[in-house]
Formats: sequence, structure tokens, C-alpha cells
Amino acid sequence: MSATAEETPSAAPSTTPGNPILEVENLRMYFPVKSSGLVRRTVGHVQAVDGVSFQVEKGTSLGLVGESGCGKSTTGRMVTRLYQPTGGAIRFEGKDIAQTKPGDLKPIRREIQMIFQDPYTSLNPRHTVGAIVGAPLAIHKVVPRDKILPRVQELLEVVGLNPEHYNRYPHEFSGGQRQRIGIARSLTLQPKLLVADEPVSALDVSIQAQVVNLLQDVQKEFGISFLFIAHDLAIVRHFCPEVAVMYLGKIVEIADRDTLYERPHHPYTQALLSAVPDVKQAAIGGRRERIRLQGDVPSPINPPSGCRFRTRCQFAQEICAKVEPPLLQIGPRHKVACHFAGELGAHPATPVTMDVCGVDAQGSPVPGATPVEQLNKPGFDDRWYDLKTQQFTGR
Amino acid sequence: MDSMASRATEPAPSFLSVRDLQVHFPTSDGLVKAVNGLTFDLEAGKTLGIVGESGSGKSVSSLAIMGLHHGTNAQISGEIVLEGTDLLGLTPDEMRQRRGRDVAMIFQDPLSAMHPYYTVGNQIAEAYQVHHDVSRGAAKKRAIEMLDRVGIPNAQQRVDDYPHQFSGGMRQRAMIAMGLINDPGLLIADEPTTALDVTVQAQILDLLQDLQREFNSAIIIITHDLGVVAEMADDVLVMYAGRAVEHGPTNEILVHPEMPYTWGLLSSVPDVTADTDARLIPIPGNPPSLLNPPSGCSFHPRCPHKDKVPGDLCRTTLPDLVPGQRGPGHTKRCHLADPESIYQSEILPEIAPDLVEER
Amino acid sequence: MFAFIVRRVIAGVIMLIVMSLVTFLLFFASPVDPAQFACGKNCSPAIKEQTRKALGYQKPAVEQWKDFMVGIFKGRDYPDDPALRKAAPQLVAHCPAPCFGYSVLNSKTVNEEIKRAFPITLSLAVFALILWLLGGVALGCIAALTKGSFIDRGLVGISLVLYAFPTFFIGLILLKFVSIKWGLWDKPEYTSIADGGVFSWLSNLFLPAVTLAVVFMAAYVRMTRAFVLEAMSEDYIRTANAKGLSKGRVLVKHTLRGALTPIVTMAGLDFAGLLAGAIITEYVFNFNGLGKLVVDANRTYDLPTIIGTVVLAATFVIVANIVVDLLYAVIDPRVRVA
Repeated sequence: MSATAEETPSAAPSTTPGNPILEVENLRMYFPVKSSGLVRRTVGHVQAVDGVSFQVEKGTSLGLVGESGCGKSTTGRMVTRLYQPTGGAIRFEGKDIAQTKPGDLKPIRREIQMIFQDPYTSLNPRHTVGAIVGAPLAIHKVVPRDKILPRVQELLEVVGLNPEHYNRYPHEFSGGQRQRIGIARSLTLQPKLLVADEPVSALDVSIQAQVVNLLQDVQKEFGISFLFIAHDLAIVRHFCPEVAVMYLGKIVEIADRDTLYERPHHPYTQALLSAVPDVKQAAIGGRRERIRLQGDVPSPINPPSGCRFRTRCQFAQEICAKVEPPLLQIGPRHKVACHFAGELGAHPATPVTMDVCGVDAQGSPVPGATPVEQLNKPGFDDRWYDLKTQQFTGR
Repeated sequence: MDSMASRATEPAPSFLSVRDLQVHFPTSDGLVKAVNGLTFDLEAGKTLGIVGESGSGKSVSSLAIMGLHHGTNAQISGEIVLEGTDLLGLTPDEMRQRRGRDVAMIFQDPLSAMHPYYTVGNQIAEAYQVHHDVSRGAAKKRAIEMLDRVGIPNAQQRVDDYPHQFSGGMRQRAMIAMGLINDPGLLIADEPTTALDVTVQAQILDLLQDLQREFNSAIIIITHDLGVVAEMADDVLVMYAGRAVEHGPTNEILVHPEMPYTWGLLSSVPDVTADTDARLIPIPGNPPSLLNPPSGCSFHPRCPHKDKVPGDLCRTTLPDLVPGQRGPGHTKRCHLADPESIYQSEILPEIAPDLVEER
Repeated sequence: MFAFIVRRVIAGVIMLIVMSLVTFLLFFASPVDPAQFACGKNCSPAIKEQTRKALGYQKPAVEQWKDFMVGIFKGRDYPDDPALRKAAPQLVAHCPAPCFGYSVLNSKTVNEEIKRAFPITLSLAVFALILWLLGGVALGCIAALTKGSFIDRGLVGISLVLYAFPTFFIGLILLKFVSIKWGLWDKPEYTSIADGGVFSWLSNLFLPAVTLAVVFMAAYVRMTRAFVLEAMSEDYIRTANAKGLSKGRVLVKHTLRGALTPIVTMAGLDFAGLLAGAIITEYVFNFNGLGKLVVDANRTYDLPTIIGTVVLAATFVIVANIVVDLLYAVIDPRVRVA
């Protein structure tokens, strides 16, 4: 358990930086809010996702964590193009699919598949398992009709189900087995990217581990990249070498897993991690000291100005209300969006973002200072802003 | 450990004492034995964590304590003695008068557990009025007090809100207010934080502990999350297929577990500090059918250690819930002769190698 | 909420206008010549043409529809043809707005016809509604509470049998046996409150109302049972029980309120449908209500009456829909905000 920035060799193939299969830039999803008046005007927007940028590298997994309503599922649905984004780019293998017309999405659907949370409602109860798993083959006409069944059986075997059970119905299977069926279905077309939206949270604990292991096997065997969306911090850490934390529609921190879980710099990430109950606590007894977040997440219709977390943040100052903190790269693979970013217990007294944003400590613009442009880029740069020296440095 | 010691010597008059509880449901397919011979004690002001998967009988047994199986076809036997009275011997109406006053319950999903058509205040006040002969106004005032106590801001105004106007965390706070308004001696919390986010879960668990100290209630917390148990419970009861399979003080169970099912639970959940190279070690197979439970030890079809038991004992004979190597307070239902050494040599290195080195 | 009502009313008015137009077009699309019908069997072409003019049927359908719309908003004079009006001023009848038309066959404005027939239908529908709602909901609750028992199976079985009976069969049995053969109840004959007082009004309505109510009640027993059972399995009912509330209070305050919403919808729409006339029941008991009026108008190809009753029936359904939606908001606070 060393905390070096170097990746410990993990289940996933080694990452090759700069080889993204998916690149999401400044992605936004606004849902209109209609007035209740005589004419139903649009009076506002739910800013479900507001300017999210990240990369998923080939054959690896990016974890997206956050609490309900933070926009992580909406992001997943945009990447699979179940939603049409309000703005921003989704570059899949270099091609922007954000505004592709619904009619032209079929080839993309072959490449990007989704695994859903609830194995009870996401499978049609009136179709046999064979029909569910084989449907993508039939729709996309990838194999001749008589080859579908052998392929389905092969897939069932891959996910650890009895291939002879292809003619059974979903209700004859347990929750964990159903999730395996869902995974088999998503694998049918040999996708390059799987978006897994809370794939294990509806399952019993003893079954969760089975499914997580299966997903890891599948990743290793087929070299599939994952966008892994979950609220369970431990599972995300186990599965994903890189993790992004979302709060109220924005990414507040993104880093490789060791950095994020051991040296988080954003107060929200720190609070989130400290809130996870710990089995090891039993040896000591009682409850740990934790960062207590007060109140609830504000409404995404009218989010707080500046930093969206400031209303619940113990470090919030004037600048936080005035200037939105940029997602600033502060390490080789570490970005954080906080004016007072720092390790737990070592948050600086003055904003670290003054130079970058061209403002003073109160958040007022400094005449003559030019803010560093466009920090909201996907992926990581070779140069980053070192918090100690307050200078840009590089490798 | 006090409660454990006293239990071994005499049938102590503890606050809550459940003896050989059986809950069976006759169905057209056969008898579903949801709870089978459950026995435990709970002292006032203490917390018992009941852990298990869906279908392990943890919720069914708590509903039996609440007397909420009345009116169903459940067949219940055994004893549930609360402060000297056997709840199973009461008439439905006598039990009704105790429900909410002596034992209260909060549920997993606070949105569906509250009536969508009545205000939060109305529902809380109603809980008070059932057991106290007071005016509506007085009951409402008490409801506001309780909402304030559980940390609802602006309780005076929010009391007239409907459940859908509350956030998930606030709804669970309101449910707790409803549960504690009559100052019950026993509060049963059935997966109280499963539907909530981690930061909200932490708030709710903090609140439950504060209130427990203030009201000196005994709490039974039912959960599948061993982390919650580790931080909340004094004692842990692990259930599998309707039976207790391991029971003892929390630090005993979680630090020196002796039952392979408990090991499975510990190893199948990743930890936020665990080694990410290690594969999760799932419990193989699926939870058993309660209609047709496995012979012998119900866990044997999924148990990776059954070949360590001589003969065919696991398949043929149901082990008793007896103290293992760790003293009388820690009981387990397993044939394994030396579970501690298996745990230390085979399980712990897998789930927490750092802990092994410390030893 | 106000904006909601206004939106719904506007939509309803548009629907009514479209519907009246469709009725006109359908009427004239039929191969039957309405003038021939009105004129009778021994009718010379000249008289037929005169009849056609008297009824205004010589104009194109859309034109007549326009006249009808004008009548609704401004009122009309009859006969429609100005020349005829001049020829016989003593026969001119003024029909004030909202004028549904003038039925030459009945020599009355349609409004008068409706005014006469509607109270009968309304009395019948209200009485039946009360009977079937009370009976259906109460029996449905009993069935749900005793689910699986002898009582439950009996109630469900009987309601299935009754539901299968045609209305005229139940009506005839009540009339022929209960009233005429056994003399248990006077033969019903509609008497308004003004004519015979409340008691006579009620007692004469009883048998027809029961006839109507029985079939509906059978459906409502089964529906209430299903909804109450569904509500009983809700988590909030478990919460209510966990508070220690008595069985009755849980049922009335918590279960029924939850089960009420769909029942209110159904009852509102069924009632609206009945207001347009309980055709069979009115025929069996010889009540001159709207149902009878509608059937007679259709038999004699009496366009003004047909149009008038169709628009009236549609209005009832639309108004009932709006009322049901408003009731939703009263029952369910979650709807109120949206």
C-alpha cells in the first residue's frame, strides 16, 4: 500500500496516457423547467451536468462517484447517447458523437453499451434470456440467424451462466444471475466501451463481489474500457485506476485512485471519504471522527454562485462565492476544483487559484492580470500547477 | 461483554429477550421457514446489529417483535419477552397499544414509508396521539419539538410540508422523530441508511447515536453493511437462511470471526483502504431457498471450508449455536474445529494483509 | 391551479367545437335522406323539398354547422328559412342562446326537450352513483380485508355474476317480479320533487337506480378490492401499523385515502357517461330521460336533437375530466405543486 504516484500494477491493463478511447469535453445537460402559468414557458433549467470534462483510456476504467443528484448517471446516459447533450463534445475514438442524429446512432450503439442498475426492471420479463442476449445480434445483423444461438450460449458461458438456460425467462433467475444476463447482453456486440451505471448496488453483498469480479474478467479478456458509475466509494476504488468525484453537476476532483483516496485535496472528497463506515473500526470500537457535512445538496435549478460546494464547505470564503474554481491540474494525474485545495488538515489560508484566475484573495479581478485560459480540458497535461511553489512545473 | 456473561449463568431478566423464535409462512408451495429458532438478548441502551442478506430472516424477525405479522398467515412460536412481558402472549389489541409506545420501528425507504397524502407533522402527531390523550394542537407542538430535535431546520414551518417536499435525509430524520416521539424503550431500525447517500448516512447514524444516549433506548439495527455495524453496534448477530450463525460482541465478531459465512461477508466487500490488486473473494453460489433449505448446515453448499470438517457432517447435521474458541460470549453455528487458525492463515491474508503483519 | 383550469377549459371548448362539426359531417354522410324520414311514408317530392327547407337541410353541412354555432352563442329564430318565417310569422319560435337547435319533429326547441328530460336522467344518475359508490367501496373493502376467506370469495363471485348480467335483464327482473308480480314495490313512474315531494321522488327512482347501480357496483367491488389490497401492501401502511393505530383508523385514514384516487377517476367518468342518458334502464322503466330522447332522435333522424344531445354528453365528459383532475389535486398533494 505505497502511496507513490506510480500505478501499482492492477487488474486492468497498464494505462498508456494519451490514448483515450473516450474524451468528454465541457459536457452539459440542462433539463428545462416549465412554468405553471397559462402559457408553459421555460422558466429555468435543471443544470444536471454543467461543463464536465474527462478521458477514458483504452482498456482501463474511469470511476464516476458522487451522491444522488450529482449528475453522474446523466453523464453516463449522454455518453451512451440515451440523452442528447445540451452542449459540449463526446469524442469516441476521435469522432464527436454529442450531436449525432438519433437515426445515425446505430453504429455507435455497437461500440458503446450500457449495464443498468436494476436487474429486475431492465430485462423484459416476457422475453427469454436467449432473445434478450441475442437481440443486438439480430438488430445489427452481425451474424447469420442460425449462428445467433451458438453465440448466445457462448456469451452465457462467459458470464458464468449455464448455456442450456437460454430458453428460460428472467424471473427464473436470481438477482445476481440477472445482472449476469444484463452483462452478457451488453457484451453481445463486442463493444469497446461499457458504461456501467451502479451495476452492483441492487445486489446482495455476497453477490456484488461475484459481479465485480466478472466485470474485471470481462475487461481483461476483451480489453473493454469502462465508465464505471457508482456511489459506493470502495467498489469504485477497487475497480477503477482513475476516479472522478462529482458534486452538483460538476467534477470537483479527478485523480488516479491512490492520490484520490489517500491524498484528496477537495473538501467534498474528504468529507465523502470520511463518511464511509469502516469495518476496521470494530477493533477500536465507537465511531470515528469525521467531517460532518451540514444540510442537503442545493437545488441544481439555482445552484450557488462560484463554487457549488461552498454552502456546505467549512473553508468557504468570499472568493468562493465570486469566482468559480477551475478544475486545476495540481499533479501529474490529479486535478481539483477548489480555491483552497490542500490535503486534509493542511488547507491553505489564501486561495491557491489567485494567479490562475487573475484575482486577489477576495476574488476581485486584479487589473492587468490575465487568467490562464481554458482549464476545463479533458485528460491531463504534462505541466501542472504546483501548490507548494505556486508555479507551473512539469515532468 | 456483561450481557454475555450473565446470559451464560442464568436466564437474566434482560430488557428484551428473544427465545427460540420461529416464524413460518405456509404457502401453496410448502412451508417457508423464514426464521428458525432465533435467540438473543438486548440490554436497555445497547445496540444490536443484525446482519444478513435478503431472505436471511432479519426483517421478518424484527416485524415479529413489532407484532406486525398479525393478520397474515404467519405461524409464530417462541418467546419475545420485553421488560418481563411475553409479546407473543398478548392479544392483538394489547400488542397494538404497545406498538409505537414501547417498540418503534424505522424503515429502509423513508419516501415510501410515509403516507404521500398527509403532512409530515400530521403523521408524526398521529403517532403521539395514538398513545397520549392530547389535543391536536398539543400533539402538533410535540411533533415540532421532535422535528427540531432530529435536526430539521425551521421545524415550525416544515411541519406542514408533505413528505415529497423533504429531501431523503430529512425524511429519514422525520421517521426517526416519529419513532422516538413516544420515547420507546426499543427502536428497530431496518436498513435505516441503505437508501441514503454516504454523507447523509453518516448524519443519520450520528443522530441515532445521539438520541440513543439521550433517550436510553435499546436499538436493533438491521443492515447488510458491516461498516455500519462496526460503528454502531455493541453486539452483532449474523443471520443466514433464517438462523443465527454467529453472535457476539461487535469487535469479537468482526476481528475474530469464526463462521465461514461471516468471513465471506468480510471478504466480499472491498474496503476504502484495501489493496486494489487483491481480487474480491465472493461467496460462491446464491442464497438458499427457504422453502427447501439445504440439509445440515444451510451454508454448506456455498462453504469453501466444508472439506475441512471430517466426514459428511456439514451436509448431514445442523451444527448448534455454541461458544467457539473465544469464550462463552461469542457463539457460532459451525462444525469447523479450529476456525481461528483458518481465519488467520487463509482469510485475513486475503482481505487485510496489513493486519497479518501486525500480529 | 387557475392556469391549469383555464388551459383545460380552452382545450375542452376546442374539442366540443370539433366534435359538433364531426357530428354534422357524419350525419350528412349517411345514405339516408333525413328529409324523407321527416316527411313520412306518403310524401310527394314537393312536400319533401318543403320539409327539407323547413329543416334547413338543403344547405351544405358546414353551413348548417356554422348556423348551429351561431345559435349556441347568439340564439336563433325558427324556421330557419327567412322566407318561411315571413310567410307564417305566428309559427316563428325564438331560441335564445345557447341554442342547441329546434326540433321540428317535436315542435320544440332542443333546449326545452333537454330541460324536460335532463332532471330525470340526473336524478337517476345521482341516486345510482350514491348507491354503487357506497355499496361498491364498502363491499370491496370487506372483500379486501377478508382476502382469501369465504366472504371474499363469495363477494367476488357474486359481483362477477352480476357484472355478467345485462342491464335490461336486471331491470326486467326488478320490474316484472319485484314490482309487478310480487308487488313489493310500486311500479316506478318518474315524479319530480315539485309534483310528488321528496319521498315519492326517491321511491319511484329506487328500482331503476338499483338496476343501474348493480352492474356498476359489481365492477366497483372488484376494483376497490384490488386497489385496497394494493394500498395495503404499501410501506406507509406498515408504518401506520407500527405506530399502533387501530385497524379501522389504518383502513379509513391511510389505506382508503391511497386507494381512492383511481376510484374517483372511474366514478367521475362513469357518472358523466350516465348523465348522457341511461338508455336501457330508461327504456325498461319507461322514464322519459335523456337516454330515451337520444334513441328516439336517432330513430327519426332528428338532427337538431342528435347534435344537441351529443354536444351535451361531450360537455359532461369533458367537465367530468376537469373535475376529476381537480379532485386529484385535492387528494394528492404531490399533484398540487406540478
